[in-house]
Order: sequence, then C-alpha cells, then structure tokens
Amino acid sequence: MWVKWWWEKISGNGSMKVKSGCVRRVFYSWIVFCTVGGLYGFWHMSLNACEQRKETLISMCDERARMVQDQFNVSMNHIQAMSILIKTFHHNMNPSSIDQTTFSRYTERTAFERPLTSGVAYAVRVLHSEREQFERQQGWTIKNMDTLHPSPVQDEYAPVIFAQDTISHVISLDVLSGKEDRENVLRARESGKGVLTAPFRLLKTNRLGVILTFAVYKRSLPSNATPDQRIQATDGYLGGVFDVESLVEKLLQQLASEQAVIVNVYDTTNNTHPIIMYGSNVSGDSFSYVSTLNFGDPLRKHEMHCRFKRRPPWPWLAFNTCVGGFVICVLLGYIFYATWNRVVKAEEDRDEMTELKKQAEAADIAKSQFLATVSHEIRTPMNGVLGMLHMLMDTDLDVTQQEYVRTAQGSGKALVSLINEVLDQAKIEAGKLELEASLFDLRALLDDVLSLFSEKSQAKGIELAVYVSDKVPEVLIGDPGRFRQIITNLMGNSIKFTEKGHIYVTIHVVEEVVHSIEIDKELGMEDSSNRVSLSGFPVADSRRSWEGFRAFSQVGPLGSFSSDADLINLIVSVEDTGEGIPLEAQSRIFTPFMQVGPSVSRRHGGTGIGLSISKCLVGLMNGEIGFVSVPKIGSTFTFTALFTNACNNHHQHQSNPPSSEFQGMRALLIDPRPVRAKVCRYHMQRLGIRIKVVSDLSQGLSTITEEGNQIINMVLIEQQVWDRDSCMSSGFVDSTSRVHHGVPPKLFILVNSNACLGESIGNPRVIIKPLRASMLAASLQRAMGVTCRNGEVPATSLSLGHLLGGRKILIVDDNGVNRTVAAGALKKYGADVVCVSSGKEAISKLKPPHDFDACFMDIQMPEMDGFEATKKIREMERCARSNKREGFVDKLSKWDVPILAMTADVIQATHEECVRRGMDGYVSKPFEAEQLYREVSRFFHS
Amino acid sequence: MDVVTQMQRQLLQYTSSLFKEGFLDDQFNQLQQLQDESNPEFVVEVVTLFFEDAERLLNELSKSLEQESIHFRRVDAHVHQLKGSSSSIGAQRVQRVCIAFRNFCEQQNVEGCLKSLQEIKQEYSLVKTKLETLFKMEKQLFAAGGSSVSR
Repeated sequence: MWVKWWWEKISGNGSMKVKSGCVRRVFYSWIVFCTVGGLYGFWHMSLNACEQRKETLISMCDERARMVQDQFNVSMNHIQAMSILIKTFHHNMNPSSIDQTTFSRYTERTAFERPLTSGVAYAVRVLHSEREQFERQQGWTIKNMDTLHPSPVQDEYAPVIFAQDTISHVISLDVLSGKEDRENVLRARESGKGVLTAPFRLLKTNRLGVILTFAVYKRSLPSNATPDQRIQATDGYLGGVFDVESLVEKLLQQLASEQAVIVNVYDTTNNTHPIIMYGSNVSGDSFSYVSTLNFGDPLRKHEMHCRFKRRPPWPWLAFNTCVGGFVICVLLGYIFYATWNRVVKAEEDRDEMTELKKQAEAADIAKSQFLATVSHEIRTPMNGVLGMLHMLMDTDLDVTQQEYVRTAQGSGKALVSLINEVLDQAKIEAGKLELEASLFDLRALLDDVLSLFSEKSQAKGIELAVYVSDKVPEVLIGDPGRFRQIITNLMGNSIKFTEKGHIYVTIHVVEEVVHSIEIDKELGMEDSSNRVSLSGFPVADSRRSWEGFRAFSQVGPLGSFSSDADLINLIVSVEDTGEGIPLEAQSRIFTPFMQVGPSVSRRHGGTGIGLSISKCLVGLMNGEIGFVSVPKIGSTFTFTALFTNACNNHHQHQSNPPSSEFQGMRALLIDPRPVRAKVCRYHMQRLGIRIKVVSDLSQGLSTITEEGNQIINMVLIEQQVWDRDSCMSSGFVDSTSRVHHGVPPKLFILVNSNACLGESIGNPRVIIKPLRASMLAASLQRAMGVTCRNGEVPATSLSLGHLLGGRKILIVDDNGVNRTVAAGALKKYGADVVCVSSGKEAISKLKPPHDFDACFMDIQMPEMDGFEATKKIREMERCARSNKREGFVDKLSKWDVPILAMTADVIQATHEECVRRGMDGYVSKPFEAEQLYREVSRFFHS
Repeated sequence: MDVVTQMQRQLLQYTSSLFKEGFLDDQFNQLQQLQDESNPEFVVEVVTLFFEDAERLLNELSKSLEQESIHFRRVDAHVHQLKGSSSSIGAQRVQRVCIAFRNFCEQQNVEGCLKSLQEIKQEYSLVKTKLETLFKMEKQLFAAGGSSVSR
C-alpha cells in the first residue's frame, strides 16, 4: 500500500525529475513510519504474549482446582459410602457387627481409597437419658474434648466410638464439646450432606486440615425432609480428617511443569478474613488468578489462587522481531532512496552529456565550416600573392633576389596545395564530399599519374613502375579524380621518402589476390620475403598490409564474392623501398595533421593530412586502407576500392589498344628479374605486342637465331644486363645485326634515369623508365618508322585525352605564337581546335546555338579584351534562350558554352573574378596538365 | 652507327648548354613534349612563327622609337606581344629584357628604351642562331637515322 502511495507520489511528479530533497524527505518520513510501526508491533506482540501467559495461568489454575476438587470428592464419596456401611452394619443390626477392631482394620485397609484423609472416626448420638447405659455398655465415660475429663451433663452427646488407628486417641471424646466440631455436627445432621469445618491445625501433625462430617440417619429420609425430622432421625456422625496441605502438595507434584506456579488455597467463607489452607506468602508475579473450589459444602467457600513464580520475562521475541523488521524496512527504504538518487544522478549526467555532445558536435561543425570558409577565403589573396611573385620574377632581379622570390613562390604554392587539402578534409568531415560516377580508363589514368612523377623519379634514379592485372576491366565507373588523388598521394609520399630502389604500383582484382594467396598456401610459399623485388632491394611484405581487411575475411576459399557481377573490387598497392615509418609513429599515421616527427616535416614538407584524406576517400569508395612498414626497408600501402564494371553495358567502349599498328609484332625482353619483366610485358601487351622473356644475353641471342620462322621485331634489354658485360653487349649487337632473314630487330635499352645516358653503350636506342604505353609507343614508332594511320593521335590515352578527345574547342588569342602553342597542347589531347585572333572573331564564331564545346580565351587582347567578348557572348546566349524558350528542349550546352580565361597574369585570374565576368574558370598560360585537367573536368564528363 | 650516337650526345650537350646559359627555360621542354607524330614539326613551326613575329615587332619598335614623339602606349603593346611570344617558346633571356623594356616604357625613359631595344635585338639574334643550330643538328641526326631522346 505504502509502496503504491510512494510510487504515486514519485511518479506523480511527472517527468521523473523529483529533486533529491523531496526524495530525502520521503526517506526520512519512511524512517519515522518504520519506527512507529516497529513500536506498535512491539507493543502488540508483548500484549499478546502477556495475554497468552494469562491464559496459560488460567488454564493451569483451573486444571489444578478441578483436580483438587475431584480428589476431594473421591474421598468424600468414600466416606459417605462408609456412613452407609456403618448404618447398615452397626445400627440396623443387633448386636452390632462392627466393633472398634473391625472398624480400624477396615479403615486401615481401605485407606488408599481416601488418599486425602488422614483418619476417619465415627461418633454416635447419645441423649443424656441414654448416657449411663451407653457408658456402661462401652465401659468408658464420655469425655470432654478440650479438657479430656468426663463430660459435664449435656442434652446430648456425640462420643466417638470407632476411629482409625491413626486417630484412635479421639475415642470416647465428645465431638459436641469441641466448638468447631459441634457446629459441624449440628450442620451436618440438619442438612444431611457432608459438611466441612474451617481449616484448623490437626492435633498430631500440626498441619492444616479440615474435617468432613456426614450424619448417619436411622431411616431413609425424603430429600425434602425438614431439619427437625433429620435431627430426630440422626443416629451418629462420621467424620473424616482431610489433610489439605498434603493433598495440594501431592497434586502439584503430579502436575509439576516447567512454569512453576505458586498455588494458594483459601477458605473464604468469611470474606474479610480468608483462612489460608495451603501455600505461603512467597512473592511472585503480580498477576494472579482465582479459581473457586467446590468441596460439596454449600456453606463453605474455597478458592485457589494461582500465580507464576517468576516475573514475566522481557519479551525478547517481540523485541527481536520488531527490531529486525525495523532494520529490514529501513534498509529497504534506503535501497529505494539510493537507487532513486542514482537514477536521478544518472539522468542528470545524461542530460549534461547530451548537452556537451551537442556542444561538441556544434563545435565540430563550426570547425569544419570555419576551415572551409577560411581555406576558401585564403585562396583568393594567395592567388594575388602568387601572381605578384610571378610578376616580381619578371622584373630585373639579381641572383639572390631571384632565389628569394623562387622560394617565396614555392612556399606559396605549397600553401595553396595545403589549403586545398584542408578544404578537402573539411568537406569530408562535413560530409559534403560526394563522389561522382563517370567512366574512366584506369590504365590511362595510371600512365598519367606516372608521367607526373617521372621527372622526380628520373632525377632520383628510382625505378617507377605500374602493373595492372588483366582481370581489371578496361573501363570502370567511379570517381577518377578522387582515385587519382589517393594514388598521387600515396606515390607522392613514397617518392618523398625513397632515395634508392623502386616504387611499384600494382592493381589487381581482389578475387585474384585471394586466389593467389590460396595457391601460395598450397605450395607452402607463404613467406614471400625472399622473392626478388622490382629493384632487387628488400621490401616490406605487402600481405601484412591487408591482413585486417574485411574483404578478405569475408571471402571463401575460392573468392566467391561475385554477388554482383557489375561490381569490381580493386586492390591497389604502392610499394616503396624508402626509409619506412618508425614503429612508434605507425599507429597515428592516418590521423590528420600527424606527421612522423617534426624533423620529418622540416625535411620533406607536407601537412600530414594527405593520408587522412586518402583514408576518407577510400572509405567513400567502400574500401579499406592498410599498410606495412619496416624502417630502413620500406613501406607498402594497400587499399581496396569498389567500382562498377562499365564493360558489360558499354561493350568494348574505347577499348581499342592504344596503338594497333604494333599489333602482331614480337618482342624479346632480356631481363633476369621476373617482376620487372612482368611490368614490361604488361605495357607491351597493351600495345598489342607479343613478348618473350629470357634472362640473359646469350639466351636471347639463341632465341633470335633459332626461331627462324618467327621474326623478332624488337629486343628490349634491361640496363642491368647490358652494363654487366660490355664485350658481350657489343657482340650481341653485332650478332643481331647480322640476322640473315628479314629486317634485323631493333635494340632498346631500358634505363632508369638520364644520368646513365652519357656512357657509350653502342647504338641501341634508350627508353627511360617509367614505362608507359603512350611513351613506349612513341619511342617504338620513332624507331620502327611506323606511320600513324589517318593522323589519329596515337598512344595518348591520358585521361585528359579522354576528357578532351573529339571536343571542338575555340582558342582566342591575339598572339600567334601563343595561339599555336595552346592549340598544340590541346590538339595533343585529341581536341579539335579552331583558332581566332581577336575578340570580335570569337563573337562571330560563338553564336548560339554553339558548335563549340568550350572556348579558351585570352584576357588581354587589343580592341576587345576577353572579358568584354565574354560579356557579349553571354548576352547573345540570353537572347537566344529567351527566343527559343517555347517548346525548345535542347541540350543546355548548346546555349551555354563554357569559357575559360587563358592568361599569364595571375592577378586577373582569380577564379572569382573570372566567374564574375561571366567566365567559367581560368587556366594559366603555359598550360599545366594538372590545372587544365582540373578546370576542364568540371565541364566535360567522359 | 657510332656517328649517330655521337651526334646524339652532341645534341644533348648542346641543348643542356642552352638551358644552362639561360637562353631557354622549361617552357621549351614542354613545347618539345607537345611535338609528336601527329605534329612532327611542331617545335620548328612554333619557333619559326616566333621568329617572324619577333622580327616584325622589332621593326615596329625601331620605327616607333625613331620618331620624335614616342607613342609609349604602342611601344608597350609591342613589347607585351614580344614578351608573350618569347615566354611561350621559353626564350627566357629575351623575355627578361622585355620586362625591363616595359619598365622603361612606363617611366617614358627614351634612353632606357633604346638601350633595351638594342639588348633585345642582341638577345634575339643570339637565341635565333642557337635555335637554328639546334634544329640543324636535329635534322642531321634524323637524316642519319637516329632519333632524339625520348622521354
């Protein structure tokens, strides 16, 4: 009940927000309630115990009283029976058949029947007239009871004639002479019932006793006989002495129990002076109980008083129970109280946490927004700074000044790239970065990236190589820009930290790698560390970099995740032989702005944000990134990325080999290192050239000379082989030139850097790595004299080529040289270029609907500059659109040509300025491939 | 065959000397990269165009500066053109003198302009001879059956 009340009180407050003060009050009142409850319980229980004790006493007392009465009655009945016996055998028979001897023997023998009587005596009624005769007959005189002298003359006498042996001294005594006895006798013969005397001290034993007297009548009297009739009919009196004390004592012994009871028996005939018959005045419990005793004499009243000997014990049971209950209840209350406090505390904490979380999230968003805004805002003035620096370079400076400016410019460029990275990071964090889905050629993209790094790798003398597995489709759908960013990032890191050896990028389909692992396991070749790497330097075991990938753990033994045939899961790994990442730094390598150490950033620059961005980008491509790095040996970064296979729906889309003019040619590669040979084979196969690999020159020679029927068109020789033995090399040259059938094969040497070029190595042509299909094709073409067919741009499968290929582009520039250079650059990427030399001409060409896909326009031109021309063109477009609005749903691009500013003057060339003037962007004038790609890709989606 | 190698090496050395001495800069390299089979004579074409353009501009400049009242606006426009062209082919030294020239133009310094014109003419003839030599060597090499170093 109270729980319910309490609960209602708590939950009644609604939102569970009871203040702890209120709860505390409830708790205290609960304690008070418990105390009161405990006290009440204690009182109730002790009362109960008391009552029970009383009842026990009452029942005990009544029991004792009844038993005393019963015993007494038994004795009394027997005495009554004796009176009948005497009447029958003494008075009704003449001569009497009972004399003293008989009587005493009889009573002696039947004493067990009357356990309470210490003696029985019979006195006859003798009238004074009969005294003499009686005295004569008996042979003694009637004596007075008190004086023991012969009795004085009386009306009648009642001398004892028979007595039990125990009281034989009362024979011949006149019972009427004793005051008590007389009264007793008179009453007995009047009432005809047993009559008791008041208790008195017995003569011999000096114990308290009573005498029971029965009258013996001559004849049977009716029950309603008058006292006179009874007196007349009286013959004699039978008396029995009851030893009350021993009676009660025996009884109590029989009933002795653990709870000693003090019993007192009183004769209360005289109410004011009760006569004690049994017991002492031992003090006991205050409470006593009185049972009335009925000994058959209506005139005499007897009572039995019972008390417990001991005081009532302290009610320990009640006390313990109550204290226990109290403690339990208080504890229970406390548990509720504590729990409630806890709940309240937890809720408060939770609210606080929620609030803090909100704040933190808000702060995070604010941070990202801040970064995005600030980065964006910094770029604008930075362009100004860079532009001014550029202009400063153009002024007359001495060598030191030029050095300063160059440094400043370099730093500025680094800053801009950093800002771009931060912007990317902020976008990713704000979740605003979305991947586009466009078609792209992975292999061409990689060639493109490779050319970006070729200069650096050549300068350092590092071997740079890319291998893409055959299983990877020609064309994929995904975000080429972001994919490129990841690879550029990883390769940039690698090249930064690698001084010797190689950087090797491999791309496989995940299934393929899993399968190869299975095979290796079967062959017991799990330890791949002893395989020879690309440059012969030891490398970190790339497998460990993808150990934790989900993609691998999900796959069954045979790589059966072809759940969606259109999805291609690529695994890309970038392996280098650089200085590696220190073990202590490996854990935080993907954390933004975390670099290995301050010295590293000082030495190599960079923000340390690249890997973090890469990780996010990989995440967006549903992939994973991992790495393994051994200090002093190298690092391998591996990531997976999910793309859609475009070959199924766009069958054979742009998948013609870059240079089919090499189709069917044969090449011989002399390279002892299988990994390196694989890379070379990959690129040659892309050109459609079949290639055979041998490991040294003599083997190569025998191949050329033996295979008579199969013409080898070219021989590619690894520099390592060539330099090993110059005699052998020159011999090889001679032998090949003398191959009798057909044209002798062309010889090519594959070298890593320009540095080795100066050495005299005979006549073979030199191909500087990194190998790329386009570059390879160009070199081969030059050497083999293969003419390109119908002026098609050969081998330029750069991704810019994809973007610009077949596009019609207008170039507007007043400077003929500049125009030609720009046109040459765009033509190189496959664009269809038209040149005009002034703004006016441009306007005449750019009349909507447009024929051109884009326009590159010089800003500074005489007569009409780029901005003005653009303004005019935009006006024309607006008019055209409003005229054609009704019913004309045409491609928007027909009515809105992208115009890119083309300028060397970076000051004017802020993006914002260009956009304000109606242009879509700008490119700096000596074209930079990266920038051109970035700008153009915003309009053209391949 | 040794001849070809030797010629190749000579060409290389010559090219690198041009870069070292500052006649050419990286832009020329980029120009060379733009040349391929579809456009085998691209560099020569562009450079020839530059020669024509530059000679025309130099004439104009000489004429303008000879006049009594010099029209500095026009002179500046011409120099700007020349600067653009020279930077497009990577003729670094010419470009640099153009910058100085424009400064003088701004200050309307006739003496400085005349001095710069002389310098430009000198630099121009220098780079012209150098480039012509380079093309000649390439032609010879090509005739001998070799190819320029591909990259």
